[in-house]
Amino acid sequence: MNPPNWLRALGRISLWVWAVLGLVFLFAPILVTVVYSFNEPTGKYNYVWNKFSLAGWSDPFKYPELTDALIFSLKIAVSVTLIATILGTLIGLAMVKYKFRAKGFIGAILVLPLTMPEVVLGFSLLTLFVAVNWSRGFVTIIIAQVMFSVSYVATTVRARIRGFDWRLEEASLDLGASPFRTFYKVTLPLIAPGVVAAAMLTFALSLDDFIITYLNSGLENTFPIQIWNMKRSKIPVQINVFSTALLIISIALALLLVVVNNRRSRKLAGLEA
Amino acid sequence: MTAAAAPSRFRRPRRDRGGEDTGVSARRWFTPWLLIAPGGLWLLVFFIIPLFSLGRLSLENGGLSNYSTVISDNSTVIIRTFVYATLSTVAAIIIGYPLAYVIATKGGKYKNLLLALVVLPFFVTYLVRTLSWKILLFDGGPVVSILHSLGILSESQGILGSPFAVVAALTYNFLPFMVLPIYVSLEKLDRRLLDAAADLYSSPARAFRKITLPLSLPGLFAGTLLTFIPAAGDFVNSELLGSERTVMIGNIIEKNFGKEFFRPELSALSFMLMAIILIGVIIYARLLGTEEIA
Repeated sequence: MNPPNWLRALGRISLWVWAVLGLVFLFAPILVTVVYSFNEPTGKYNYVWNKFSLAGWSDPFKYPELTDALIFSLKIAVSVTLIATILGTLIGLAMVKYKFRAKGFIGAILVLPLTMPEVVLGFSLLTLFVAVNWSRGFVTIIIAQVMFSVSYVATTVRARIRGFDWRLEEASLDLGASPFRTFYKVTLPLIAPGVVAAAMLTFALSLDDFIITYLNSGLENTFPIQIWNMKRSKIPVQINVFSTALLIISIALALLLVVVNNRRSRKLAGLEA
Repeated sequence: MTAAAAPSRFRRPRRDRGGEDTGVSARRWFTPWLLIAPGGLWLLVFFIIPLFSLGRLSLENGGLSNYSTVISDNSTVIIRTFVYATLSTVAAIIIGYPLAYVIATKGGKYKNLLLALVVLPFFVTYLVRTLSWKILLFDGGPVVSILHSLGILSESQGILGSPFAVVAALTYNFLPFMVLPIYVSLEKLDRRLLDAAADLYSSPARAFRKITLPLSLPGLFAGTLLTFIPAAGDFVNSELLGSERTVMIGNIIEKNFGKEFFRPELSALSFMLMAIILIGVIIYARLLGTEEIA
């Protein structure tokens, strides 16, 4: 009944090969993004490799509309991260620390935005803004992005702070600390890693989002929207330069977070020993 | 900010009924609601109410006939949308399941590095990722050259504009959403079950079929939803890599959302998209029996 050994070895090898091909599939477009930031395209479109050049990197701000859009995107991302992280963390705390009726209902409402196509979420929000005659721009983009980010933050925080020993808060209060001090000295350090992870996720989601933002942006352009608007006139190498720079910064931040978390858990392990 | 940490005058006796609730928290019935209120109101006003507003608008100037008009006018596009979403989801399973399996069971100390590689695409914004696919699939680009030299594609043929290009890019863009949930469910799997199966003379293939696969179904279910839903609503891949032959529901909404006149019909189209997906999710959950597993 059991297959011969050589067949099993073959199976193992092909599984590995398949998995590596999957990684290559995921990795190739990222590599292309980086490599093509060094291209010197022949026409207006950076689609075909011509020759190596540092032109894009030496003049990254050549197209002010692109630079402005990136700055606008970063402003949006910071605002959305602040609002969504606070709102989502509060919900996450409520879901983990308390028993209450309708918890299942709240949980379902939180999951619902994640089970709907962005185009439906974006378009339905647009119909509301149109109905109340609210002109689209900075504020409506933030409203739209916070709407879908709250769910991600609440879910992430909830998963990360489950099973914590909340009696530490009680101990702090019993020892005479004020509620504010207790929050600052006990609760916040406990939940901090989960909150930071959720905030980074929100920031990335905000920069990544196109469909919902586009439908509710009016005449304002985020970085992705600017690229969308340029798609019929030019696709300059600066798009790749900015994307590569953001990629490098993101990787650096993620590595930093890993290092900080490792140090923290070593410290905690030391305390327990 | 934290009503949670208020003095414990009204502490009720702690009840342990297997919930997550412990210690100082179970005090006032309204504290959790205070914490939920700001975010909950945001979701109510900007998520729930808009869905009703969309539903109402979809019935304006014609009632339910808006739906029949929209469906008969766009039947090809509607069918195409769900065919593309299904194909890219199946492709994502075929690529994603083995990848998640290898990372979870054979990753060893490189597990986290491999996972980081899986989420790396998220560090480049969606639109740029898709543009990079355009570069890869461009006439004279690497993929086309390889297919030419293998004789799969004749010299005059390209890939851009074809359904293949759109489905491949959809698969790519949502693949991490397939890999991560499957990885999570495989990671939780109790290895001792597999040891037991081997001790009882089960072949590895049979152990996979009888143990690993059923226990990873919740992850597969979540991954399928997270891939299928965004793929069904997408218009970016079709617009950047496709042609008139690859128009999807999302493209119709994208082309017309700024025009007041079309809004009732577009609302009907969006509502229908949402309804079909919800029905599909329910049927799929029944088929997989996820309720019993979870």
